[in-house]
Amino acid sequence: MTEQREREFAAILKSASAGRRNFLRLGAAGTGALLLPATAARAADKLVSKARIVIAGAGAAGLAAASRLAEQLDGASITLVDGRKEHFYQPGYTLIGAGLKPASYVVSTTAEYVPKGVDWIEERVAEFDPEGNKVVTESGKAIPYDFLLVATGLKLDYAAIPGMEVGEIGKNGLGSVYHSAAAAEATWRSMSDFADKGGIGLFLRPGTEMKCAGAPLKYTFITDDYLRRRGNRGKAELVYNANNKVLFSVPIVSEKVRMLFDDRKVKVNYERILESIDLGKRIAVFKSPIGPVEHPYDFINVIPPMRAPDAVRNSPLPWQEGGWAKDGWIEVDKHSLRHKRFDNVFAVGDVAGVPKGKTAASVKWQVPVAVDHLLARIAGKESTSAYNGYTSCPLITRLGQAMLVEFDYKDNLVPSFPGIIAPLEELWITWVMKTMALKPTYLSMLRGRA
Amino acid sequence: MKEFDPLIFLVVFQEMLGPLLWLLILLAVGGTLAFLRLLIKEKGIVARRLVRAELAGLGGGVLALILMAKVSSSGFTDAGGPADWFLIALVFGMGLIGSAIVVYSFLGWRTPVKR
Repeated sequence: MTEQREREFAAILKSASAGRRNFLRLGAAGTGALLLPATAARAADKLVSKARIVIAGAGAAGLAAASRLAEQLDGASITLVDGRKEHFYQPGYTLIGAGLKPASYVVSTTAEYVPKGVDWIEERVAEFDPEGNKVVTESGKAIPYDFLLVATGLKLDYAAIPGMEVGEIGKNGLGSVYHSAAAAEATWRSMSDFADKGGIGLFLRPGTEMKCAGAPLKYTFITDDYLRRRGNRGKAELVYNANNKVLFSVPIVSEKVRMLFDDRKVKVNYERILESIDLGKRIAVFKSPIGPVEHPYDFINVIPPMRAPDAVRNSPLPWQEGGWAKDGWIEVDKHSLRHKRFDNVFAVGDVAGVPKGKTAASVKWQVPVAVDHLLARIAGKESTSAYNGYTSCPLITRLGQAMLVEFDYKDNLVPSFPGIIAPLEELWITWVMKTMALKPTYLSMLRGRA
Repeated sequence: MKEFDPLIFLVVFQEMLGPLLWLLILLAVGGTLAFLRLLIKEKGIVARRLVRAELAGLGGGVLALILMAKVSSSGFTDAGGPADWFLIALVFGMGLIGSAIVVYSFLGWRTPVKR
């Protein structure tokens, strides 16, 4: 009897100390924790190798991988190949579109994150030749490799929407937060103008895989909030067009968003995909099960179809069959990020053909796994690390509040702060994370430090 | 969230605040040391000064909240749940305690009590 009581007491103590740890995490971290890593490999000694590693793409995934490889390898040749000189902190685009940050908030340079000892070839990869173990740049330069990490990101396919002209973003009620920092700022002007006048606001997402599937929802909520703050919500009709039968790929989140849209009086159409647009007449045409549907608008946030870049799509790297083959996503194992047919090739970030999230948080958790498998291969071992699909999305539901949605491949919610930050609760603390802690965490990730 | 490393938080905070972080740490450490030395020197707390420092601390707490709201682009009606109230209390409390200690030490070293 006493023994049992002791055991119970020990269990209570244990759970109390776990709770305290969580609290400490919160206190100490403020917030930036959702992108934070497992740091198992940090203390490991450097691996001596003459391996030639090519990283195609110097965005979030490419730079984070380069930093980690440079830190853990001695004597290897690591080459980043990317023609772009600017670096864009893409999670910040929504904040620019919301009028909270200037375009400069997201812009920095690739050069400042290229780690010491890593070569950067300032050209785009034009051709992938995994059979010949080389890539060819735009100028025709061939770069042979022992290992290839593809992190090219994706292509925003605006050209696939007849009538769409990116030069018109910011004019005549046309918005598109995704296009660029400047376009996000122009979108803010359009949306703010709409919030002053009211009318019909159209929101949508593409029928393809996309980066940050929460962003189209966030922008709907933000627009709703601006209309309310300016006393014009009664003059506006907001319509969200979902590409399929749900609002979010994770069922429990989809239901929560449905309830919130209901609460905010946002009308929802399911199975509508933007097919074409008439910018002059302000009419969008959607593909639907009942045929094309015309929808007039006073403001629209266009989100284009997203596909792998042409160089990847035209290579042997993409899935050869199934839903991802058409758009060229790379055929990798979803747990190791290793290519299914070319075992010295890995893909991380947006271009990887894996089921969930194309987000910075996915990158954060994918890169260490892919790097670990690559290093194990060099060392002649097998790695046991696996990516479980974890990604996170601070889903803004009004200015000043967001829901911290974290999930994995199995559609499980995987909250980082269970019992403190409820995943489906609209909270200020989550907003604080999004606006304050996310960018520093992201930049630390690029430098391989977080 | 499998493993936690306090150093990472330092890195993140450094990225977030830049040189200001070191200034704040310096102020916190310096203020605390000055406070402790004052305690030893005076062999106790001067109640009258403490009350004044605490009053100033209230202002410090409010200031910390204003700073927080500004940096995070939020308003004062955004709290949505217990975690938010906890964070608000934490920020206010840190502002209060921090400025009270600094003000107490400042007053103490400026006009020491003669015994």
